[in-house]
Amino acid sequence: MTDLAAQPKEPNWLSRLAHPGAFMGWSRLAVLPLAVVTALLFALGLWFAFYGSPPDYQMGETVRIMYIHVPNAILSEGVYGVMFLAALGTLVWRHPLADVTQRAAAPLGAAFTALALYSGSLWGRPTWGTFWEWDGRMTSTLILFFIYLAIIALWRAFDDPGRAARVVSVVTLVGALDIPVVKFSVDWWNTLHQPASLTLGGSKLAPEMLTPLLVMLLAFSMLFVLLLLVSMRSEILRRRAETMSRQAAAGSEA
Amino acid sequence: MSALLAIIGRDLKLALRGGADVLTLVLFFVMVAAVMPFAIGPDRPLLQKLGPGIVWIAAFLSMLLGLDRLFRDDEADGSLVLFRHAAIPLEAVVLGKMVAHWLLTALPLLVASPLLAVLLSMDPNGWGRAALSLLLGTPALTAFATIGAAVTVSLRRGGLLAPVLILPLAIPVLIFGVAIAAGGDGSGAATLVLAAISLVCVAFCPFAAALALRVSGE
Repeated sequence: MTDLAAQPKEPNWLSRLAHPGAFMGWSRLAVLPLAVVTALLFALGLWFAFYGSPPDYQMGETVRIMYIHVPNAILSEGVYGVMFLAALGTLVWRHPLADVTQRAAAPLGAAFTALALYSGSLWGRPTWGTFWEWDGRMTSTLILFFIYLAIIALWRAFDDPGRAARVVSVVTLVGALDIPVVKFSVDWWNTLHQPASLTLGGSKLAPEMLTPLLVMLLAFSMLFVLLLLVSMRSEILRRRAETMSRQAAAGSEA
Repeated sequence: MSALLAIIGRDLKLALRGGADVLTLVLFFVMVAAVMPFAIGPDRPLLQKLGPGIVWIAAFLSMLLGLDRLFRDDEADGSLVLFRHAAIPLEAVVLGKMVAHWLLTALPLLVASPLLAVLLSMDPNGWGRAALSLLLGTPALTAFATIGAAVTVSLRRGGLLAPVLILPLAIPVLIFGVAIAAGGDGSGAATLVLAAISLVCVAFCPFAAALALRVSGE
């Protein structure tokens, strides 16, 4: 017993990487390569989307909206998954980096959801003849967008970031109920939106359309990681600056 | 159990002696419904068609408006700190307060619903369906309201934020509630689904709300 107490546990690689100080170190180095890779992937994906893939036999050229719409739609749910895990990290491990991840991911998720709705609306006009329909998936995605906005509003309402992170975590966990609804809405309510063509089990897409889609999905995912890192860094720096200004204020009074 | 009843009794007493809060909420509920004919025109067939939706919008708004007093006063006078350290778990306290809140906000709406049925020219059957849907749906709304109130309790300006937080979550309740109230095909299934939603929410919400109260008190 005394041996266990005397020897501090050697931190594993993950907790070493997740230490805020270490994070600031390696993320500074990671930003530039990530940005380059993201830009290259976007260049490749956009070339594929516009020139390297055939038009659809039914939809014609408008099928190219898919290469923007589907990655954004997948990320609108994926980012919530990241926030969900970070919320667990905040509540269970009380990790400061989890707080920062949550805070940085929420506006990004809202942006991806807005883009998914917007591109879907532009796609729906020529193919379905309407910008908006109260169909299961659209409605549940709109609700997801509102949840993102509500979470951002809640973040902004608190003065103390630590307390804000814990309270927002509870809301994030409760709001996660909407994610399965979005995912399975196309199977539960067989309304306008088509069911998933791309699943882990396989794809119903033609291979010459699948490649550009996967490249674009990868590009958008890398974009998310890049933006997440950058905004996490600025959030950490902002907190440090706040602490320093508070310390300076305390010093000047003394 | 007796502690739970004591909390329910305390909240009921506080609300009934503390002023006309309950009546104000009912008044708001009736007024929202009474304003609708001015907005959309006093056309009987149209009102009959829109009746279930109007009743539910009115109930929805009333529940959202009333949620602020769930924990606000307890936070202000320090009872919430005592609840956190009480002998019974905070989850049980939250459950008790939730039941009291339902009795104070949802039950008066049910009692006032015949008045709305007259204003919106619903037939007795239509009123029955609307009342049934309110009876089944308001527990879930109360549960969401409890979470919203718990999350925003430490905020000075939480009044508007809590409704914004729980509105998106409560949309399924609205969908199935209106489906029951409107009748027709699938209202039987909607009845079961809404009852299931309410049961799950009532079972799950005390834990979420208690967690929010704990973390915001640290």
